[in-house]
Amino acid sequence: MAQFSEEKLQKVNEIIARYPQGKQKSALIPVLHLAQEQFDGWLSAETMDYVASLLQLTSIEVYEVATFYSMFNLKPVGKYIFEVCHTGPCMLNGSDNIVDYIKNKLGISVGETTPDGMFTLKTVECLGACGYAPMMQLGKFYREHLTPAKVDAIIDECRKAQGN
Amino acid sequence: MSEEKKLFKVKIDNITVEVEPGTTILNAARQIGGEVVPPAMCYYSKLQGSGGKCRTCLVKVSKGSDADPRPMPKLVASCRTTVMDGMEVANITSPEVLDARKGVVEFLLLNHPLDCPICDQAGECDLQNLSYEHGADATRYEFKRRTFDKIDIGDKIQLHMTRCILCYRCVFTADQLTNKREHGILGRGDVSEISTYIHKNLDNDFIGNVIDVCPVGALTDKTFRFKNRVWFLKPVDAHCKCDKCSGKVALWMRGNEVFRVTARKDKYGEVEEFICDTCRFDRKDVKDWVIEGPRNIDRHSVISQGHYVGVQQPKETFKAVMDGRDPKLLMDIHAVSEVNRPDVDLSKIEGPAHSNDFDKKQ
Amino acid sequence: MGRKLLLDKAHIEGIRYYKTYRENGGYAAAEKVFKTMKPDEVTEEVKKSGLRGRGGAGFPTGLKWSFLAKPEGVPRYLVCNADESEPGTFKDRYLMEFLPHLLIEGLLISSYALGANTTYIYIRGEYAWIPDILEEAIRDAKAAGWLGKNIQGSGFDLEIYVQRGAGAYICGEETALLESLEGKRGTPRIKPPFPAVKGLYQCPTVVNNVETLATVVPIINIGGEEYAKYGTGKSTGTKLISACGNINKPGVYEIEMNISVEEFIYSEEYCGGIPNGKRLKACIPGGSSVPIVPANLLLTTAKGEKRMMTYESLSDGGFQTGTMMGSGGFIVLDEDQCVVRHTLTLARFYHHESCGQCSPCREGTGWMEKVLKNIENGKGKMSDIDLLWDIQRRIEGNTICPLGDAAAWPVAAAIRHFRDEFEWHVNNPSEALTRNFGLAHYADPLPVPAPAAV
Ligand SMILES: Cc1cc2nc3c(=O)[nH]c(=O)nc-3n(C[C@H](O)[C@H](O)[C@H](O)COP(=O)(O)O)c2cc1C
Ligand code: SF4
Ligand code: FES
Ligand code: FES
Repeated sequence: MAQFSEEKLQKVNEIIARYPQGKQKSALIPVLHLAQEQFDGWLSAETMDYVASLLQLTSIEVYEVATFYSMFNLKPVGKYIFEVCHTGPCMLNGSDNIVDYIKNKLGISVGETTPDGMFTLKTVECLGACGYAPMMQLGKFYREHLTPAKVDAIIDECRKAQGN
Repeated sequence: MSEEKKLFKVKIDNITVEVEPGTTILNAARQIGGEVVPPAMCYYSKLQGSGGKCRTCLVKVSKGSDADPRPMPKLVASCRTTVMDGMEVANITSPEVLDARKGVVEFLLLNHPLDCPICDQAGECDLQNLSYEHGADATRYEFKRRTFDKIDIGDKIQLHMTRCILCYRCVFTADQLTNKREHGILGRGDVSEISTYIHKNLDNDFIGNVIDVCPVGALTDKTFRFKNRVWFLKPVDAHCKCDKCSGKVALWMRGNEVFRVTARKDKYGEVEEFICDTCRFDRKDVKDWVIEGPRNIDRHSVISQGHYVGVQQPKETFKAVMDGRDPKLLMDIHAVSEVNRPDVDLSKIEGPAHSNDFDKKQ
Repeated sequence: MGRKLLLDKAHIEGIRYYKTYRENGGYAAAEKVFKTMKPDEVTEEVKKSGLRGRGGAGFPTGLKWSFLAKPEGVPRYLVCNADESEPGTFKDRYLMEFLPHLLIEGLLISSYALGANTTYIYIRGEYAWIPDILEEAIRDAKAAGWLGKNIQGSGFDLEIYVQRGAGAYICGEETALLESLEGKRGTPRIKPPFPAVKGLYQCPTVVNNVETLATVVPIINIGGEEYAKYGTGKSTGTKLISACGNINKPGVYEIEMNISVEEFIYSEEYCGGIPNGKRLKACIPGGSSVPIVPANLLLTTAKGEKRMMTYESLSDGGFQTGTMMGSGGFIVLDEDQCVVRHTLTLARFYHHESCGQCSPCREGTGWMEKVLKNIENGKGKMSDIDLLWDIQRRIEGNTICPLGDAAAWPVAAAIRHFRDEFEWHVNNPSEALTRNFGLAHYADPLPVPAPAAV
C-alpha cells in the first residue's frame, strides 16, 4: 500500500490549508507532484487511489487529472529522464541533432528507457528556455546550451551519482 | 401565468419569437422548430453544464441586441449563448454558418470509423443524421484513424470508444444521476477517451442512461437482444409500476418480442425522463409492461425520413458494403441499401440546409 | 541606452533577496500605496498609465480591474498567470528568477487595489525550481510585514501562494488556469460568465500576467501619467521581449516601445544581429501564435514605413501584411532555416497542447500536423497546401478558446507569405530532404506603395 512519509503528510496538510474550506481538490496537482517524487517518478493506479483517499476525491477525478498533464508519468520511467525540447526555437538551434546524439549514445529511441533503468529519453514541447537552446529538463532543473560534449558530461554525472 | 414577465424578442433566420430572459439561442430556435433549429451533438437540456463543445450548433449573431446592436465578432455556440432583447441570429440563412458547420462535421468524422453498417446505433445516430444533412461527399483525411479496443464496462454496457465524439454527455449523466461517477475523460487532445482507467464495471441503478444520451454508437446496450437494425423494430410507448423511476419507457419490439428498452426520446433525441436500469435491462418480457401504443418518431433522422418506415422484408446487404468500402464520410443509403426508396432524392428535401452536397450525380 | 523600469536594477548583486531589494528602493511603491492611496486610486493610476496586459492579448489592465464584480460578502481573487508556455516566450521566468520581490510587491499593490485577500501565482510545472525562489521571497516579505494580517497597519490582509501546474500550455488560458487551480483538468470554460464575475471557486477573479503585475510597481513609483510618457501612443511604457532563434545575443530585453524592429535585431544593445553574417529571412515577433512575416515585411510595413516595436506598428497591415506584439516572444529565422519545418514544429506543439474539448481544435490541429509532415518529408501534394489553408480556416474562430486561433494563424501566415517555399517542397521532394529553400525573395525590398487612392 502506498503511503506518504510523516513529513510528506505534513506537507499535504500545509498545501490543503492554502485553499478555502472544502476546496481541497485544489491540492490535487501539488499532491500528485509529491506522490510522483516519492514513488519512483511515476503514478500507479494504486498511488492515485491513495491520493484520492487523502483528498477525499473519487479515483476517477484523480485519473482524469493525472492523464491530462504531461508531467505526470503513468508508466515506470528511468532514474534520469532527459526531456529534450524540440519546438520551433530550439529546433532552429539544433535540438534535432541533440536528440539524435542522445539516441545514439544511449542506444534508445524517444520514449524508451535504457535496459539498466537509468535513462529515459523524451522529447517535449517548449519549456520556456528558448533563448538558451538547445536545452532539456533533467529532474528539477534545466540544462541549457546543450552540445554533444555537454550531453556526455551530463550522462557521466548521472552515472557517477549512482556510483557506477 | 399571473405575473407579467418581460419577454425577449429574438429573430432567428427572420422568424421572430418571444422567449424568457435566460433562454439560449438554441432553445429559442426549438420554440420555433423546424429547419431553423441548429443541430446539437453535445448539448442536452437535461444535463447541467452540457454543451459548447462539439460546435455543430454555431450560429451567427448579426445583431447583438436592441441596446447594443453590434454583431458578435465570431460565430457563437447557440446552445450556450443566451438571447438578448432584439437579438438577430442567422442559422441556415448564413453561408458562413453552413460552411463552418460543414467543417465541424468533417472534424467530427475525421476519426470516426464510419462503420455504420455494423453499428447498433445506425438509423438513430445523431452523427449519421448530421453528416447526412451537413456533411461533404468524401473525406479529405488520408491518415490512419485513431482506434481503440471495444471494452465491456459491466455486463450490460459496451464502450466502443472509437466511435465516441467526446460530447461529455455520459460524464455529466453519471455525475448528475448517480452518486459516484466511475468513468470519465482521460488523456488530452485527440487522444482523450472515455474510460474507467483501470478496468471497472459501471454499476449503479441509473448508469444505463448513458446509453440513451450517447449521440453515437459508443455506448450501447449489451442486453439488446439479437442486435437488430433498429428500423426493423417497432417502438411502442409502455409503462410499468417501478419503484425506482417513472417506469415510462419505449419498448422496441418485433411481433410480441421486446428487443430492448429505452427511455422515450423527444424530437431532439433527448430523453423525456431518465429510466432505471431494472426497467432498461431486466424487463424484457412483454408481460412486464402495459403497452400504450405505437411511438411516433418525428425525429429528423434517417429512420424518419421515410426510407425505413414500413419496410417488411429487409435484405442484408451491409456485409457486401463493408468490403471495399471507400472512405466516404457517410453511408449513402441509396448506394448501400436496398431497403429504402431510391426514387426519393434527399437533395430535394426543402430548405437550404439540404444542399446539393448529397447529389452524387453532379 | 533605452530607459528601463523593470530591469533597471536587475544587475544589482543580490537583488533577488529582500534586504538588497529593499535597500535599492524596493517596496517604496507599496509604502506609498498604504500611506497615501485608496484602492480605487491605485486602479486609477493604472488606468492613466495605459498599461496593456503583457500576457498576449494586450487588454488594458486598468479597465480589466474596473470590471471586477464586487458583491458583498464574496471573496475576490487575484491570480497571477505564470504559466508562460508560449514558444519563444521566457520573460516571466526571468522576472521571477531574478526579481521575485518585484513581482511580490506588484501582487501586493494589485491585490490591495482589487480587494483580494488571497492571491495565487500559477506557475508552469516545469519551472520546478522557481517556486522555491518565490516562496522564499514570500516568507521574507511576510517577515518584514508586507504580507499577512493588517499589513503596515492598513487593516488589509493578504496571503500569496504559489501553485505549480504540471505541463499543459492550455493552462495559460485564464479559465483553463482557474480550472487547473481548482484541481481539475485544464479545459477552458465556456464564456460567459467571465472570471471578473465568476472566476476561481465561482468568485470574482482577475487573472493577470507576471509582467503586467510587476509593472504596477514602477507605475505607482513614477505615477501613471509619467509612465504613459514612455513608449509611443497607445503602446505606453516598456515591454520585456524574450529574443531567441538565430541571433547573436538571445535573452530577455526590456525595451521602451519607441524603437524600430531593425534596431532591436541589429543593435549591440539588443540582439546584436544574426550570427555568421547570415541574412534575416523571417521573424515571429510575438510568440509562436502570432503570424510569421518575411524579412521585408518585418522591417517595413506595407505602407513603406519603418516598423516599430509597438502594438500598433507590429499589427499594421492586419493579418495580410502585419503581425502582432503578442507575448513578446521574438523568434528570428535566418536564411538557412526552413519555414515549412518550423511551421511543422509549431503545428505539432498545438496538436500536443490542444485540450480536446472542442472538435475543430481537437481534430484539426492533428490533421494540420500530419499534412505538414508529409509536405516537409517530400510526400506532399499541391492540393495539400490548399487543404491546410482550408483546415486552418475552419478552426479559426470556431473553437471554445483562442488556442484554436493560435494554432491556425501560424499555418495561415506561413502559407500566405511563404507559399513558394511550400510549393518548392512539393515539386522537389527529394531535394527538399537535403537542402533548404533559402532566402529566396523574402528579403527583397517591397515594391514602393502606390500613392494612396483619392
Ligand atoms: C492558449 C492560451 C495560452 C495562454 N498562455 C498564457 C501564458 O502562458 N501566460 C499569460 O500570462 N497569459 C497567457 N494567455 C493569456 C491569458 O488567457 C490571459 O489573457 C492573460 O493571463 C491576461 O493577463 P494580462 O491581461 O495581464 O495579459 C494565454 C491565452 C491562451 C488562449
Ligand atoms: S480550442 Fe482547443 S484548447 Fe481551446 S477549448 Fe477547444 S479543444 Fe480545448
Ligand atoms: S522552444 Fe525549446 S524551450 Fe522554447
Ligand atoms: S450542441 Fe452546442 S456546441 Fe455542441
